[in-house]
Amino acid sequence: MKLSRRKFLIGSGVVGGGLLLGFCLRDTAPIPHTRPGSFQPNAWLQITPQGEVIFQLDKAEMGQGVMTSLSAIIGEELDYDPAKMIIEFAGVDSAFKNPQMGVQMTGGSTAVLTSWDPLREAGATARAMLVAAAAKQWQVDAVQCKTDDGFVIHPDGQQRSSYGDLAILAAQQKKPGNVELKNPETYRWVGKSLQRFDSADKVQGKTRFGVDVLLPGMKVAVVVRCPQFGGRIKLFDRNSVANIKGVVAVFPIHSGVAIVAEGYWSARKAATQLAVKWKKGKLSAGLNSASILAAQKEALAKTEKPFSVQSEGDVAFAFSNATKIIKAEYTVPYFHHSPMEPQNCTAQFVDGKLELWAPTQTVDIARAVAAFYSGIDQENITVNGTFLGGGFGRRGYVDFAGEAAAIAVKMPSVPVKLMWSREDDMQHDYYRPATFHVIEASIDEMNSVTGWRHNLVGTSILKGFGVDLMQGLLPSWVPSAIAKKVGHGFADFVSDYDITMGEGAKIPYAIENRNVGMVHHDPGVPTGFWRSVSHSFNAFIVEGFINELAYEGKNDALQFRLNMLEESPRHRKVLELLQKHGSWGEPPHGIAQGIAVHESFGSVVAMLIEVSSNGLKYKVHRVVCAIDCGLVINPDLVVQQMEGGIIYGLTAAMKPPVTIAEGACAESNFHDLPVLRIDESPAIEVYIVESDAKPSGVGEVAVPPVAPALAHALFVASGKRLRNLPLVI
Amino acid sequence: MIDFFLNGESVSLDVEPDMPLLWALREDLQKTGTKFGCGQGLCGACTVHVNGNPTRSCVLPVASIAGQQITTIEGLKGEHAVQQAWLSENVVQCGYCQPGQIMSAVGLLSKNTNPSDEEIFTAMSGNICRCGTYPRILKAIKVAAKAMQQPNSSQVNGVQG
Repeated sequence: MKLSRRKFLIGSGVVGGGLLLGFCLRDTAPIPHTRPGSFQPNAWLQITPQGEVIFQLDKAEMGQGVMTSLSAIIGEELDYDPAKMIIEFAGVDSAFKNPQMGVQMTGGSTAVLTSWDPLREAGATARAMLVAAAAKQWQVDAVQCKTDDGFVIHPDGQQRSSYGDLAILAAQQKKPGNVELKNPETYRWVGKSLQRFDSADKVQGKTRFGVDVLLPGMKVAVVVRCPQFGGRIKLFDRNSVANIKGVVAVFPIHSGVAIVAEGYWSARKAATQLAVKWKKGKLSAGLNSASILAAQKEALAKTEKPFSVQSEGDVAFAFSNATKIIKAEYTVPYFHHSPMEPQNCTAQFVDGKLELWAPTQTVDIARAVAAFYSGIDQENITVNGTFLGGGFGRRGYVDFAGEAAAIAVKMPSVPVKLMWSREDDMQHDYYRPATFHVIEASIDEMNSVTGWRHNLVGTSILKGFGVDLMQGLLPSWVPSAIAKKVGHGFADFVSDYDITMGEGAKIPYAIENRNVGMVHHDPGVPTGFWRSVSHSFNAFIVEGFINELAYEGKNDALQFRLNMLEESPRHRKVLELLQKHGSWGEPPHGIAQGIAVHESFGSVVAMLIEVSSNGLKYKVHRVVCAIDCGLVINPDLVVQQMEGGIIYGLTAAMKPPVTIAEGACAESNFHDLPVLRIDESPAIEVYIVESDAKPSGVGEVAVPPVAPALAHALFVASGKRLRNLPLVI
Repeated sequence: MIDFFLNGESVSLDVEPDMPLLWALREDLQKTGTKFGCGQGLCGACTVHVNGNPTRSCVLPVASIAGQQITTIEGLKGEHAVQQAWLSENVVQCGYCQPGQIMSAVGLLSKNTNPSDEEIFTAMSGNICRCGTYPRILKAIKVAAKAMQQPNSSQVNGVQG
């Protein structure tokens, strides 16, 4: 039901007021992409009288397969083959907010987990109303009617009416309060390895990514940014690019100097030639990777009581009664995302309205950030989603949308596509934070682990994201300057108490006394979500140290875990699957094995990695992976995500990281930030636990166990205990 | 004015001679299937065929292709055995690098109908995929090779130009 503006004002007992008016108008606006005259039982579905079934996909398709998995979920309960649906990227609407985040974000491996209930209900509700419409038409009892892939079937088993033919009448039916969901045993599409719906276009080069948006009269913009983080323009000389053909405009924006040209080549040539001087900011003097690590160590040393992300039992007592204490230090460097599609965004400002085409994981934050940098109210901004050429967390940040908006409002009517180079993408990333960890365990006379103390120091994830998040969380009528200020306040406050930094540091093992602490240290390098976020570093330390403890006690690393996991049946199950299929303990000649197990985003993944080494070189031959992710929507998509997560994790475990020199990223492209290539890619086997539990995360969960399992295998191969990423023997 | 053949058709372009072919294709000819990934010939997303040879179009000046036969992903028309194998093996994830991967694979199989793993690695190691589709690319190339060896295969020369 949609409230009229008048009803809302009366209903809420408030009269007038500009702010409320804005709020009211937004909440009464139609859901984006609404077809007049269609049957629209909820925000996700529309059925037109012509028989089109249109699904608003409210999550970003960045390769993880939501286009296929989410349409299978809604299609299952609607009883309509998802392959026949028209799938559209949903616009910004409060109905599409991720219930775990309060913003319209695709991230945190939550797409299936958070959509499972609402999409099934949405499909079932629509189906019930279509059945009610048919029953009314035929004057039969609705309970006697069945459905079959787009048709309601008459109790006589002969007559049938298509969903399209029923659309108008269905729209007049009362929305049922409760709907019955299908028995999983009757599923036709959920649980099947449907071929991806986006494949056919993608293998033909027909898919439109953000970078492929084409508008009549479109220009291309690039931004020249200060290499130093936080730097600003001191001065620039427009005339220095006057000789370059095709340059249309050169002007400053908040992040640097914007160059708008007829095409990318002209814009890029001008960017290389532009004479510009920077105020490099306070970071430039001496900030480098070594000084950051030293400052992290100092910050940890001088913090008496780190913020506790987990505390159980009496750790001090356990340590004072230990017969042996084992202690280690671990480091993790900054790392880049590098999705294959460099950041970009297209924008057009016409008659006071701004339209964006943004390859982003979060369309509503993109709108809020665009509002801030363009000065246009959110109500006058439309954000269109596009396919994403990879996300990995990078596109949860929308700096490109802010830049595109700022440029477009200075070029009224002209569509402008902002394009980042690969160098821009690598040097102005929100990197996986560099972290330093001190971890120790107490062992008693029975050789049991009695205490566990893990303190880490790094830049709070929420420090970097809090500003954007708050802009997306606050109602759209809040002026964006205020929203931004609130965001800064929130980010500053929360950074010292950021429980997300402890994700993955909470151990499943039966160790009675444990304490995990976090110290926030911000040297000014932008950091953020990176596929699996804090799990990506904490699992390396936790599982790496578990392997150390197993070795110290002369235990088999797998059995050592099983002994401490009696209360964790899902962990046991994946480890047992690994044992069964992975030939643990019986490696081929010349091969060393390592293992790890880790829970993240509601799923548990165990991993076995096989390597061989030759002097200082090593090769990863085989990775065996077992996952429990609850009920599986599409088994082959799960396998794809395991393969992808393993290869993404191997790159970060094996390849040179981002280093900081003079306050800037020292590297620039795939030559000095190399990533795994096909000749280095191992054979991968994936085994999935059969489960009817609620589905849980898949997109990120393969990444965390990769580094510790590889470090373990390399220890077996070389005798070197590797506690720093990347893993070098 | 630079004249060349694109997917079998003759094309005349009035662009800066130092402009890389990638931008002529994407912006002037609106063939956006060929992708920009690194601009330095390091990632392979921009791979096209020049006279049948896989070439990085982001570092190839338009001036150097006068009179040459250029084939892009659009030229395969979706019918090539490699594209079919990509579908049957469910290779793609985000899909951004795949036009480049497919052009490299087609280039390999047009000269070597039964490549070994090592030969596949040599031909394909210039193409980066961040989604990690490598295991499936390896498999799909073998599936495509097998399909192309069938006596009735019309796909062997499915490339124009």
